[in-house]
Amino acid sequence: MRQLPFAITLEVGSSHANHTGSWRVERPVYVDRMPPCNDACPAGENVQHWLYDAEPGDYEAAWRQLVEDNPFPAVMGRICYHPCETACNRAQLDEAVGINSIERFLGDLAIERGWALPPVGTDTGKRVLVVGAGPSGLSAAYHLRRLGHEVHLVDSAPKLGGMMRYGIPAYRLPRAALDAEIARVVALGIEVKLDHTVQDIDRERQEGRFDAVFLGVGAQLARRVEIPAGDSSRVLDAVSFLHRVADEDPPRLGRRVVVYGGGDTALDAARTARRLGATDAIIVYRRNRERMPAHGDQLEESLEEGVTMRWLSTVSRFEGEHLTLEKMRLNEEGFPEPTGEFEELDADALVLALGQDTDLSLLGNDPDIAIEEGVVAVSPSMMAAANGVFAGGDAVPSERTATVAIGHGKRAARGIDAFLAGNELVDKARHELASFDRLNTWYYADAPRTRRPELERARRQSTFDEVVGGLNQENALFEARRCLSCGNCFECDNCFGVCPDNAVVKLGPSRRYEIDYDFCKGCGICVQECPCGAINMVPEQI
Amino acid sequence: MTTQPVHFYQVGSFAVGNRLLDDSDQTVQSDPRRSNSLDSGHRACQGCGEALGARYVLDAAMRATSGRLLAVNATGCLEVFSTPYPETSWRIAWLHSLFGNAPAVATGVAAAMKVKGKTDVRVVAQAGDGGTVDIGFGCLSGMFERNDDVLFVCYDNEAYMNTGVQRSGATPPAARTATTEAVGPEPGNVFGQGKDMPRLAMAHGIAYVATATVADLHDLEDKVEHAMRLRGARYLHVLVPCPLGWGSAASDTIKVARLAKETGLFPVFEAIHGEITAVSPIRHRTPVEAYLSIQRRYSHLFGEHGRPDIVARIQEIADRNIATFGLSAKETDRGEKETSA
Repeated sequence: MRQLPFAITLEVGSSHANHTGSWRVERPVYVDRMPPCNDACPAGENVQHWLYDAEPGDYEAAWRQLVEDNPFPAVMGRICYHPCETACNRAQLDEAVGINSIERFLGDLAIERGWALPPVGTDTGKRVLVVGAGPSGLSAAYHLRRLGHEVHLVDSAPKLGGMMRYGIPAYRLPRAALDAEIARVVALGIEVKLDHTVQDIDRERQEGRFDAVFLGVGAQLARRVEIPAGDSSRVLDAVSFLHRVADEDPPRLGRRVVVYGGGDTALDAARTARRLGATDAIIVYRRNRERMPAHGDQLEESLEEGVTMRWLSTVSRFEGEHLTLEKMRLNEEGFPEPTGEFEELDADALVLALGQDTDLSLLGNDPDIAIEEGVVAVSPSMMAAANGVFAGGDAVPSERTATVAIGHGKRAARGIDAFLAGNELVDKARHELASFDRLNTWYYADAPRTRRPELERARRQSTFDEVVGGLNQENALFEARRCLSCGNCFECDNCFGVCPDNAVVKLGPSRRYEIDYDFCKGCGICVQECPCGAINMVPEQI
Repeated sequence: MTTQPVHFYQVGSFAVGNRLLDDSDQTVQSDPRRSNSLDSGHRACQGCGEALGARYVLDAAMRATSGRLLAVNATGCLEVFSTPYPETSWRIAWLHSLFGNAPAVATGVAAAMKVKGKTDVRVVAQAGDGGTVDIGFGCLSGMFERNDDVLFVCYDNEAYMNTGVQRSGATPPAARTATTEAVGPEPGNVFGQGKDMPRLAMAHGIAYVATATVADLHDLEDKVEHAMRLRGARYLHVLVPCPLGWGSAASDTIKVARLAKETGLFPVFEAIHGEITAVSPIRHRTPVEAYLSIQRRYSHLFGEHGRPDIVARIQEIADRNIATFGLSAKETDRGEKETSA
């Protein structure tokens, strides 16, 4: 021992000789868990990551992280049914984080500031044909371009967008946002051919010498039912009705419009009819509200706009201006059964919104492609046939939303990329789900959700102006900061601060922490006090 | 200069640090260059609240005095586990004499510094609850009465822990210790006895008295910093859960301290010259069961032969504290901060 100064008996730092880590029977280990928002996102967005980037106000970094997975934040921030928010752990604390509204804010800001999508990858020399320029086709095209493949995008419509343009009305998705985001994708160097209907996929592929094909043809055929109708009765289907409105060629419907069906398309048709001047827009649906497939917030907005509902009813006849409805009741299994009771309703037009089917005539009778229940069967990598035909969106078995389609496009692009390289698509192992019970919510400040301003009802009934407003910089930041960062360290320094043994080492910004196991006694306070549940306690191997 | 209300910081100021805050708003404990006054290798039990509390207090005092600090320690857990010969965990100037005389020794050190003209060197004296409310009480009262320039910190774990969990004057009613066994009609420590040290300190009319817990770091650091800006006798009483003596899980140390405050059993407040000037309101009011039932020292109050009547009496104490100190939950949330731009 060296000579110590006067009156100093013990050397500073001498306790380091005592490695208290030997007391430990369990050790804390930093982990990353799957946040429920990411887990639920059909487009595979790393939601928590882009919220993390947005929290300090770095919106461009947030947007860049977002478009890694989804090139349409301004569109999705409007029309996505946000399963992320349904899954959000904060809903159990106060209210879910308004992920969708922040996504839209980022999307709009990117358009306003003219941020460009990330550059395309090195040219691979491979050519891919994408049939259908809806959400799945555009998403596939985007991701294929980024992987360096040459992409040819064809669509039978005169404009790009598919159902985003021809199925979703402008009051939900203003065309300026849609056009801007599509233009940005096309600008990556995608060859586009519009007004071109593919009749025979094999011939198209051979003529164009394409190495792979993606089918994103959607579900464009309206389902019909036999309804006895008089010659003068006006019956049309919702798909072509919305399509014509999008083409600025709306059909005349009259003042009293009845929509038959219970999905989001039925609501869109009724709300569109209101905006075209219908005084009565009545939805006839054979089951009840609980069993309606349409999304709840869409129904709320429709009711607020004066759309009325006839639950438990079917249309049995339409003569002149007289519609006959039959009352239904639900049996024990929840299926509607006729009651034999009828009632009359006056209507100028009947719009059928009974679901859509996919037109797969372009496939011919290809024996390699399996059609199941009217759609194309695909492998987990979205492959429909081993010779390099992939499919996604409404043309494959799915939940039929734009977000799901975008996810399909991304997945198919990765599948095609693997196929072109002669590989199988290998998925990364998913982390364990970050559940609410592992959060220590004490540490999060109490904060209710920011509501998006909604247009006054009066304006919504007469115009196609957008119904739901956006966030501004201030409240978008607030909303982003409501994120709990479930399951992933956000560097709150709690573990570093609460260790009674100074056994947590802070590594500096974005480098997180590490445990000094020489001194960690394994008390577990860091695990207990971690707000987001990003530390596990595991038994020590002895 | 305009002031704009900014924002909400995700974890507000409840967590130790926050990447969204400026350096000047960060806690001492979030700084990787903190003093670590009580360093690794000490022999405190797993999850020791006192080891944590001592580092919180002394690191904050070190920052407040730019490292010109001397600590005097009474005998007790803190002294025993930090300095088993030939090792020391202290990275600051530190002095130990006897169990009962820490306030008097601190008085002497402060006087010596004054004589030497080193008035920038500040003195902290520290002791457990035994060394404060029982054995050192006479010396401490004298130190207060003379208004010596010392911050005296009591780390209250509510019994004599390192000698085997014997009752002290700070042991709460109904708690089981080695000397207040959980037997008979009034199991555990008696009701109505014991010393409310913060209010005894206030009765001396000294410049500053405050209570705090290891569960609210921001509050604790603010109080230490405030105390170090003042001269004369000051008193800080910090609740530090003891997993060994309280029979709580080592991982629950901070949770137990948080519940002590949230139930109202441990009022957190500040007093200047004998008058209470601020209290930390309860954020989520919680029944005392939540606090008591996770500590084995109260296990005789629960289960098949439980004593709900005694739990109710403890709840009365909490309710009285809430009324007396005005602890009811308020619409205060430290998520919002005013910053200037």
